[in-house]
Amino acid sequence: MTRDKDIVIDRAEGHAVKDYRSGMPSTPPTQPEEQHAADENRTLWGDAWYRLRKNRLAIIALVWLVIVAIAAITADAWVPQTFGSPTYFDTAKVAAQRLQSPSLEHPMGTDDIGRDVFARVVYGSRISLTVGILAVVVSLVIGLILGSLSAFYGGFIDAFIMRVADIFLAFPYILFAILLLSVLPENLRGIAPVFLTIGILGWPSIARVFRSSVLSVKENDYVEAGRALGAGDIRLMLRHILPNAVAPIVVYGTMSVGGAILTEAALSFLGLGLPPGSPSWGGMIQDGRNYLTSNPGVVIWPGLAILSTVLAFTLLGDGIRDALDVKLKD
Amino acid sequence: MLRYILRRIMQFIPVFFGVTLLLFLITTILPGDPVALRAGEKKLPPAVYAEMRHAYGLDKPWYAQYVDYLGKLSKGDLGTSIASGRKVVDIFKETYPYTLRLALAAIVLEILVGIGAGLVSAIKQYTIWDTLVTLSTSILVALPVFWLGIVLQYIFGIQLNILPISGASSARFTAFAHLILPAITLASVSTAYAARIMRSQLLEVQSQDYVRTAYAKGLSPSRVLWGHEMKNALIPVVTFIGLDLGAMLSGAILTETIFNWPGVGFTIYRAIGARDFPVVFGGVTLVLLAVLFVNLLVDVSYAFLDPRIRYGAANEG
Repeated sequence: MTRDKDIVIDRAEGHAVKDYRSGMPSTPPTQPEEQHAADENRTLWGDAWYRLRKNRLAIIALVWLVIVAIAAITADAWVPQTFGSPTYFDTAKVAAQRLQSPSLEHPMGTDDIGRDVFARVVYGSRISLTVGILAVVVSLVIGLILGSLSAFYGGFIDAFIMRVADIFLAFPYILFAILLLSVLPENLRGIAPVFLTIGILGWPSIARVFRSSVLSVKENDYVEAGRALGAGDIRLMLRHILPNAVAPIVVYGTMSVGGAILTEAALSFLGLGLPPGSPSWGGMIQDGRNYLTSNPGVVIWPGLAILSTVLAFTLLGDGIRDALDVKLKD
Repeated sequence: MLRYILRRIMQFIPVFFGVTLLLFLITTILPGDPVALRAGEKKLPPAVYAEMRHAYGLDKPWYAQYVDYLGKLSKGDLGTSIASGRKVVDIFKETYPYTLRLALAAIVLEILVGIGAGLVSAIKQYTIWDTLVTLSTSILVALPVFWLGIVLQYIFGIQLNILPISGASSARFTAFAHLILPAITLASVSTAYAARIMRSQLLEVQSQDYVRTAYAKGLSPSRVLWGHEMKNALIPVVTFIGLDLGAMLSGAILTETIFNWPGVGFTIYRAIGARDFPVVFGGVTLVLLAVLFVNLLVDVSYAFLDPRIRYGAANEG
């Protein structure tokens, strides 16, 4: 009962309550426009969203990613009907349909066996977004568990986990991915092994970022207070440390999606990612390499698709970093 | 200082064993039989096949192969290529100079363009130059390296037809011409990072007390910049470039593949395809030693430049 009353009093004071509840260092109300916003009594995330909305580049990036995601999800409903299948081709008509220049019917032209480049670029976004996001999820799961164990228990566990992380980081990244993927039999190739490989290779950086952020949160008084009140390790970790250490991970995770998309493209380019013929952006660039002079679009468009999507994830990550006021090493 | 170096070397030992062991575990489950691959279409008589497997030690369990490999390594022997029958050491003696040449060219670009752009961007903060540098570094970082390489080949090699797009050359002038496009491709991402680090470091240093003191005692802006600000702002940039050199020595697989550059990365990549284990192991071992050595060099020079690292590291345990 008394506790509820405290909060009500805090609410009456407006600005102060935000700092009290989020556990963030207090920021003095500088501009009058922020004064008004502060009165609305938002959470840490509400605050961040408010600041993010004012970052024009981040919003453009977000809008672009939403467009790409919608195109990827709805592709089946409109792409094959309007532009043709991204994978099917008619052997009899290849000669007539191949390597056409851009036209109304094929806005980006056609590739060496007559498939519509635009359709393939749109379907490529499915592969890239799926691999990018799932790879980061895999890294996050491994990285968060190992990073928190490392920071929470310290000592031998910490030293061991960090040495294993060193081992992963010392090995040339792309070489490792190539080795892991070439182990795979031909019939098992697909999206899963690619995002699992990229995800497994990405955990050490996440573990390190999370470890240092848990280490800094661990020292706070409210953690000590929780312990003094008899909270167990798991409760302390889940209720007190995790929610406050998560901001750097959100930023790092957003940026990592872009990196994972680049890696998938590189692996597919080397012929180790998705099976041949699938509309992966990296694979399209490899396939189109020899036909650059006939229709440069077969290489240019998938490249621009990778560039714009990765750039959008980076800019969005930058925006979230500024909005959450997180300091990450460059 | 000596204790610090020794401590760093000691830390690399488990990393070295960890990576090589991991590599062994991966390759033992690699499908494909190098001996059969070498024989090609022909079926080998079982006796010859068994003898060849025995000669390369492939009939032993993986841990025995690993011990063999370590034993040979301690004598500087990396084994013999299964595909070509040549000594692995000789293969890499041939390819390493190419990787080194490409890496050095890329590092020179990185230093000149990266540090230069970062410097301009920081000095002219909030001008069009700053925006230009910030924007182009963001784009470079998001660029797929292999795509950049192909587009450069298309523009300069095919359309304008002024630069070679494949292979390396040893003649003096053509060697340089062959180097240009691969070096730009390899340097692109790192140059952008170097510029960003340079910019943010310089901006951070500018608000330090000692910089204000330097101005207060009447030094000219250029004296302050070169004598005080750059001295400190450069440390992280140097570290980054050093680590990057280490990474480049591991052979730029993508760049070398696109430009058919006969370097380490290209060789290892082809060896993986041919299941030529000795070449893969040997190459990765050399790469690993090179990376660890450069990292050590960077750590030591960092500790040398910034005494806080040395003392801080001693307490950290």
